[in-house]
Amino acid sequence: MAPGLYIHIPFCLSKCDYCDFYSVTQRGKIPLFIPSLIREMEMYRGVFGRFDTIYLGGGTPSLLGADQTGQIIDALHGTFLFSDDTEVTIEANPGDLTREAASSLRATGINRINIGVQSFDDGTLALLGRRHGAQEAISAIENVRGAGFDNVGLDLMYGVPGQEFRSWLETLHTALSFAPEHLSCYQLTLEPSTPLGLKYRSGEFVPPDDDLLYDLFMKTSETLEEEGYVHYEVSNFARGEEWMSRHNSKYWDHTPYLGLGPAAHSFSGARRWWNHRCLDRYIEEIGRNMPPIGGSEILTSEQLLLESLYLGLRTKRGIDLEEFWERYRYDLLQERHGLLNIIQEEGLITIWDNHIYPTRRGLAMSDSLSSL
Amino acid sequence: MYKSLPLHKREGFLVIMKNIRNFSIIAHIDHGKSTLADRMIQYSGVVDARNFKDQMLDNMDIERERGITIKSQAITLPYRSKDGKEYTLNLIDTPGHVDFSYEVSRSLASCEGVLLLIDAVQGVQAQTVANLYMAMEHDLEIIPVINKIDLPAADVERVMEQIDSELGLDPYTSLACSAKEGTGVEEILEAIVQKIPPPKGDPKAELATTIFDAQYDPFRGTIIHCRVIDGTVRSGDIIRLMHAGTTHKVEEVGHFLLPRQKDVRLSAGEVGYIIAGIKTVSDVQIGDTITSDRRPCAKPLPGFKESKPVVFASIYPIASDDYEELAVALEKYKLNDASFVYQKDSSIALGQGFRCGFLGLLHLEIVQERLEREYDLSIILSVPSVRYRFMLTDGTVLYIDNPAHYPDALSITKSEEPYIRAAMMFPERHMGAVMKLCKEKRGENSSLSYPSPGRIELVIEMPLADVIYDFYDSLKSATQGYGSFDYDILDYRESKLALLDILVNGERVDALSQIVFRGTARERGLRACERLKEEIPRQMFKIAIQGAIGGEIISRTTITPYRKDVTAKCYGGDITRKRKLLEKQKKGKKRMKMVGSVAIPQSAFVAILKSDNT
Repeated sequence: MAPGLYIHIPFCLSKCDYCDFYSVTQRGKIPLFIPSLIREMEMYRGVFGRFDTIYLGGGTPSLLGADQTGQIIDALHGTFLFSDDTEVTIEANPGDLTREAASSLRATGINRINIGVQSFDDGTLALLGRRHGAQEAISAIENVRGAGFDNVGLDLMYGVPGQEFRSWLETLHTALSFAPEHLSCYQLTLEPSTPLGLKYRSGEFVPPDDDLLYDLFMKTSETLEEEGYVHYEVSNFARGEEWMSRHNSKYWDHTPYLGLGPAAHSFSGARRWWNHRCLDRYIEEIGRNMPPIGGSEILTSEQLLLESLYLGLRTKRGIDLEEFWERYRYDLLQERHGLLNIIQEEGLITIWDNHIYPTRRGLAMSDSLSSL
Repeated sequence: MYKSLPLHKREGFLVIMKNIRNFSIIAHIDHGKSTLADRMIQYSGVVDARNFKDQMLDNMDIERERGITIKSQAITLPYRSKDGKEYTLNLIDTPGHVDFSYEVSRSLASCEGVLLLIDAVQGVQAQTVANLYMAMEHDLEIIPVINKIDLPAADVERVMEQIDSELGLDPYTSLACSAKEGTGVEEILEAIVQKIPPPKGDPKAELATTIFDAQYDPFRGTIIHCRVIDGTVRSGDIIRLMHAGTTHKVEEVGHFLLPRQKDVRLSAGEVGYIIAGIKTVSDVQIGDTITSDRRPCAKPLPGFKESKPVVFASIYPIASDDYEELAVALEKYKLNDASFVYQKDSSIALGQGFRCGFLGLLHLEIVQERLEREYDLSIILSVPSVRYRFMLTDGTVLYIDNPAHYPDALSITKSEEPYIRAAMMFPERHMGAVMKLCKEKRGENSSLSYPSPGRIELVIEMPLADVIYDFYDSLKSATQGYGSFDYDILDYRESKLALLDILVNGERVDALSQIVFRGTARERGLRACERLKEEIPRQMFKIAIQGAIGGEIISRTTITPYRKDVTAKCYGGDITRKRKLLEKQKKGKKRMKMVGSVAIPQSAFVAILKSDNT
């Protein structure tokens, strides 16, 4: 499988209250960042094979001007090899997606756009600390459609404190009315270091209980599958297999990927490494011609097995037992026979045709399943 | 670095018995025994500030953490009294739990007096009284000491009244101190010299020495802790352990200074140690009498009892690969704990292990904790049991302490269980609660007495099986902490017994089986199921727990599975983080035992016996 390429654009207009991805608000540093990024590309010239995905994530990649985005994409093409049908995704905030901006993004060769809608409810958006309102999100979707994007993904969030079950279903239906090719429905995770996480810990609100979250998860999956979407990963849905995120799927099946930019992670198949989670240090080390690597690990076969289990059971793809045996010389069916039987009886997995597939209920339990 | 003994104790000098004081400190838990001992040790200068640590006499981590004394300890404190003379004060610290009451009695038999420590806020408590009676049995001089007078809520006058009315002691003989702040310590040391009589005994008589403890030293073998009653023992002597019937050549004798200080002899009245090339502590019985092989005393000193295990349980390694390691650890552990016995055992659910005998449940918990800490083992214990007796149709008599060996029900003609005589002392107002508890525990043939106004002594016969697990805790809650408890093993009595099996998801877990009294079997089965429900964490599938007697299900509970456990996001940076979490969980799971597909935590095996009120 061809490797994937991730670029982390660490800039945001402001930080959202729930987000723990690395980003800074000092946009003045963008002109320093881009040349560093291009120099970092240079460090990996020839290291990976031909890529078939590019993913501009962040932060807020749509914050860059189309010329800056174009500069990055051109530099990538000048440094690495790409297959002809490369999937080129950008994450975008609704506020940045004017009709003009959308068109110029399209002109840079980006063929997939993922919009951080989160909700079509203004109250929920405010609680999350988002800058945009529901109306802006709707305009953004219309604008990218108008600009000719035929592969549009929407990010939505549920399990937000105070969010009514009905309100979530309304958001979901509004999203469906645009027939997006892709939907990511994330349950809100209260990351400890975020403003929302701190509020939670100081008892300012009570998050929805597990029973409600379970119901939300199941209802979301049922609703979307009824509408013809494939629930192909815990939080991801595609309007047909051809619209599954090719890039993100690489994370889930141990395909190698190269991550550039601060805090980006890379994986070679055996080694994983990650860049400094600090823009200044990133720029400084590249300035000294050093790879800006903050840490790395070489995975033992046992660790790869563990990850494989975990990742496989988060996806519709499940675990191919034959492949598992080939890779790890571990006969899962034999070794965990008793437990597999029980959880199959509980309806969490299906064992069929030498595969273990998580059921919908299994996906809701995939953290536990991975402790197989 | 350490202060040496006073002149009269230096090598070659004769012992001046009238300058020796042998004493112990007895107290209710938390009344400040260890702190007072610490202050006296500091005052004596036997250890300098740099080497001092809190709870000096509690060597084990468990002792420091639980705030209890498990092993007897002794220390010799040099003291110059106001009369200008140098004294040798031997402090013998005693364990504070009913499991070790025999050890306590041997320590007290080595003393002439005790400090009876009472908390100035809490006043006289159950254990204060129980300890007082034990000291009186040994005819010891008793010095009441009121501690914690620095606390704002201290009420010394009230405590003095209690000393008079509840203990029947002269309150004006009592001393007041704050062990924490070190006030009053000198007065206590002075009182020890003035009030506690010096030991009696004849250094020239036949040797008679009582053993109150034995500890294992990897370089020297067994260190016998002893009190010489009569005669003199010197290095080079051939000694005889009278009950064990063994003889040994003395390599070294000396005193419990810090560190140990060698001497040429130990004479009548002295407390000290003997090293005689004895390999393990199991070769030395607490309470045995040491005499001279050449010129033995006529008869052993009184009070010897063979220490016999009364509670049995099997120990298994959680990972079966650790079996050899466990075997080595038990062998080493045994070197220093003569009351612990073990032999090979195996379980269908838990694999290869060892059947072990303990003095009581606290002893069991201590062994478990020490094996885990000192030998870094993850172990699991089967449900503790007493030793039952069965008569079979073919005339054989079987002693069974392991439910796995329960005989075929059809072949049993008579089944019996061990009974004890329990003695409890508590304030009169708790009479109802205690009687109710004793009835629940199948107590019979009770008799009451009133040793002092408002205080009841209850002697009652009960089956040991109902007492070992949590009786002491239940008694404490029934008497709000004022109840004291002691027991002797009586005899075997006929009883209707049954084997209670536990099935987890249909699979019988032999290590959870227990032998129970038929009359309360259903209750016990229900309780076991409920306890397991509390102990076994919810898993991703339903867990059925059933209690069964001879194939008949008598109780059941279900642990419902949880439904949601998933991380929403999993991209490049999340994978390592998640894997590390999984690795940590896997490590945590190593502390659980997989029975079929169900992870059962260690705690479940002991918890199954605890009743609701503890």
